[in-house]
Amino acid sequence: MGESAVAEGSATGGVRPWLDSLGLDTADCDYGVALAGNPNTGKSTVFNALTGLRQHTGNWPGKTVTRAEGVHVHEGTRYRLIDLPGTYSLLSASIDEEIARDFILFGQPHAVITVVDATSLERNLNLVMQVLEITDRVVVCLNLMDEARRKGITIDHDALAEDLGVPVVPTVARYGRGLTELMRTVTDVIEGRRPTRPRRLQVTGELEDALDELVPMIEGLYPRLPNARWIALRLLDGDYAVRQALLNGDLARLLAAGEGVCA
Amino acid sequence: MSLPLSDQIVSRADVLQRRLGAGLRDRLVEAIYRDAARLAGDHVVSAARRKARFDERIDRIVTSRLWGLPIMFGGLALVFWITVAGANYPSQALAAGLFWLGEQGARLFESLGLPWWVTGFVWHGTYKGLAWVISVMLPPMAIFFPLFTFLEDLGYLPRIAFNLDRFFSAAGAHGKQALSMSMGFGCNAAGVIATRIIDSPRERLIAILTNNFVPCNGRFPTLIMLATLFVGASVPAAVASLAAAGTVVGIVVLGIITTLLVSAFLSRTVLTGEPSSFTLELPPYRRPNIGQILYTSIIDRTLFVLWRAIYMAAPAGAVIWTLSAVTIGGESLTAILSGFLDPFGRSLGLDGVILLAYIIAIPANEIVVPTILMAYTGAGQMLEITSLAELYALLVDGQGWTLMTAVCLMLFSLLHNPCSTTILTIWKETGNRKWTLVGALMPLAIAFAVCFMVATLWRLF
Repeated sequence: MGESAVAEGSATGGVRPWLDSLGLDTADCDYGVALAGNPNTGKSTVFNALTGLRQHTGNWPGKTVTRAEGVHVHEGTRYRLIDLPGTYSLLSASIDEEIARDFILFGQPHAVITVVDATSLERNLNLVMQVLEITDRVVVCLNLMDEARRKGITIDHDALAEDLGVPVVPTVARYGRGLTELMRTVTDVIEGRRPTRPRRLQVTGELEDALDELVPMIEGLYPRLPNARWIALRLLDGDYAVRQALLNGDLARLLAAGEGVCA
Repeated sequence: MSLPLSDQIVSRADVLQRRLGAGLRDRLVEAIYRDAARLAGDHVVSAARRKARFDERIDRIVTSRLWGLPIMFGGLALVFWITVAGANYPSQALAAGLFWLGEQGARLFESLGLPWWVTGFVWHGTYKGLAWVISVMLPPMAIFFPLFTFLEDLGYLPRIAFNLDRFFSAAGAHGKQALSMSMGFGCNAAGVIATRIIDSPRERLIAILTNNFVPCNGRFPTLIMLATLFVGASVPAAVASLAAAGTVVGIVVLGIITTLLVSAFLSRTVLTGEPSSFTLELPPYRRPNIGQILYTSIIDRTLFVLWRAIYMAAPAGAVIWTLSAVTIGGESLTAILSGFLDPFGRSLGLDGVILLAYIIAIPANEIVVPTILMAYTGAGQMLEITSLAELYALLVDGQGWTLMTAVCLMLFSLLHNPCSTTILTIWKETGNRKWTLVGALMPLAIAFAVCFMVATLWRLF
C-alpha cells in the first residue's frame, strides 16, 4: 500500500499552492518528512543534527507558531524535514496540536518521524499511537537513550516495533548516534522496503458498524484521502474542526494542496 | 467537489454519533492511553522493575514446593563440602606449626630451668588449648563464615523461612520461627533475641525454647571436624569430603526436625493454641558486597568466635591441665571425675571425659573438642599431635572411639543444653526462671535420651 501511494505522490509532481504559502521551496527535494514529538524529547536536536545549517524558520500560515524546515541529504537523496510543534497529543486542543495534526493528515508527508523520550515512554507513546491512527508511514525515533540507560531503563525496541507495527530506531541525537540508521529506516519505509502495519484501536460493536458505513462514503468522496477511517472516527467523536472542514470544502482544498510536501 | 455528498456524510455521521452516545471521544482517548500504558509496561524495563521480575523468577524456583527444600539442602551441602574440603589442609598445617611452636616453648622453659608445673601449666595446658582451638576452628570458620554471610547478604535466609513456614504452622508454631531458627545457625543467643519478631507470647516461647536445636557457629566446627575425621575416614577417600558434608547436612536436617517435633509437642501440651498467620515479605535479592562479606565474616564472626573460644579455651586448658596434674591418691582429678561420669557417658555412647569436657565447656560450645583432647592427652603425657591422622589415632586407638562415639557426640553436640550466654539470654527474654530452666534442661534431657537410644540400638546391631 505504501509503495503505490509513493508512486502516486511522486508521479503527481508540481508544487502545491498550500505548500508555497508555507514558504516551502519544494523544487529541490525528493521526499518530505515531518518530525513530530512531545516537547522536550530532543526533537529539535534531531532536526538540527539532520539539517545542520540548511534550515530556515518562519511561521505556520496564519498562525504565530514558529515552524522550522530544513534539508537533509542521505545517500544522494534530498529530504525536506518539517519540524512540527511539540505536542502531547493530536486532539487539536491547542493551535500547536491542530497544526501538527493538519500537517500529518493533509500535508501527506512521505514519512513522519515521531521522536520519543525513552525515559518516559508511556506518555510519549500516547502521541505515537495518535500519529499511527492518522498515517501508516511512521518511524519512531527512540531518543535520549543515553539518559534512559543512566536511569537504568531498558526498552526492548524490537518488540516495541513489532507491537507498534512500525520501525523503532534508538538514537542519542545529542551525539548524532543512530541518526544514519534513522534516515536509512525512513527511506526504507518511504520506498516500501519496510512495510508497516500500524497498531490502531480495535473497534467493535456499534462503532465498528458505524465505521463500516461511513468509511466507504468518505472514500467515495475523497478517493485520495490516506485515512478515511480517521476522518470517520473524528466525525463520530464530534470533532468540530473536521466536521466543518468536510462541510465547507476545506478538507478537499487541503487535500488537494497537500498532496505531497515534495514533488 | 460535491458539497451535498459531504453534507450527507456529516448528517449520517451525526445520526450514528447520537446512536453511539456521548463520550465516545473520551472512550477513544482512554483506549489509546490504556494501550500506550500496556505497551510501555510490556517493553520498558526500568532497573527496579527488572530487578523485581528477576527476583520473582528466582523466588518461583527457590521457594517452590518441589525445588525449595532440595535447593536449600543442596546449597547447604555445598557450603559444608567447600568448608570441609578447603579446611583440611590449612588445619593440619596450622596444627603442625602451632604444636611445633609449643614444643619449642616448652623446651625453652625447661632449658631455663623453670619448674615442671610452670611449663606444664603454660605450654601443655593453656597454650595447647589455644593451639587446638585455633587449628581446629580457624580454617573451617574462615571458609564457612564468608559463605554463610554470602547467603545472608544475598537475602536467602528469608527464603529458608518461606520454605519452612508450612512445617512450622503444621507444628502449631509461628512461621517466623523459621527466621529466628535461621538466626540460630549463626548464634543461638542471637536467635533467641530474634524471636522478638513473633508477637504471640505462646509462639514466641516455643521459638525460644527450641532455638537451641539448630547448631550455632560455635558448634559447626565441632560437627565439621567430627564428620571429617570419622565419617570421612570410614568411606573411600574420593568421597570423604562429600560424605562429611552430607553428614553435617544430615545433622542440620535432624536439628530442624527436632525443632519441629519439640515445637509440636510443646504446642500440643503445655503451650496450646492456634498458630497465628502472618505476612512474610521476601526482601529483594541484593548483590553481595564481597569486601563487606569478608569484613563481616572475618572480623565480626571468625575473629569474634575465635576470640571468644580462645578466651574460654585458655582457662579451660588451664582447668584441664590442673585437673590432670592434681592427683589424689595416685589418681588425677580428671581421671577421678571422668571415671565417675564414665558409666553414664558410656551408656550415651560417649565417655566420662567427653561429659567432663561438656561441663567445662558450658560457657562456650566452641571448646568442647579441644577440651576433650586436652583431657585425653593430659598433663603428664607428652604426646603431641601434629596431624589429623595422629588425632584419629589418638581417639580411635588410644581412647577406643568408634563411629558410634562420633555419631553420638555429634548428636549430643546438636541437642545438648545451650551455652551459658544463650541460657542467660533466655532468662532475659522470658523474664521467667521456670522457662529458663526448661530451656536449659529440656535439650539436655533430649540429648541424653537420643544418645542413649542411638548407643543402645547401635550396640544391639
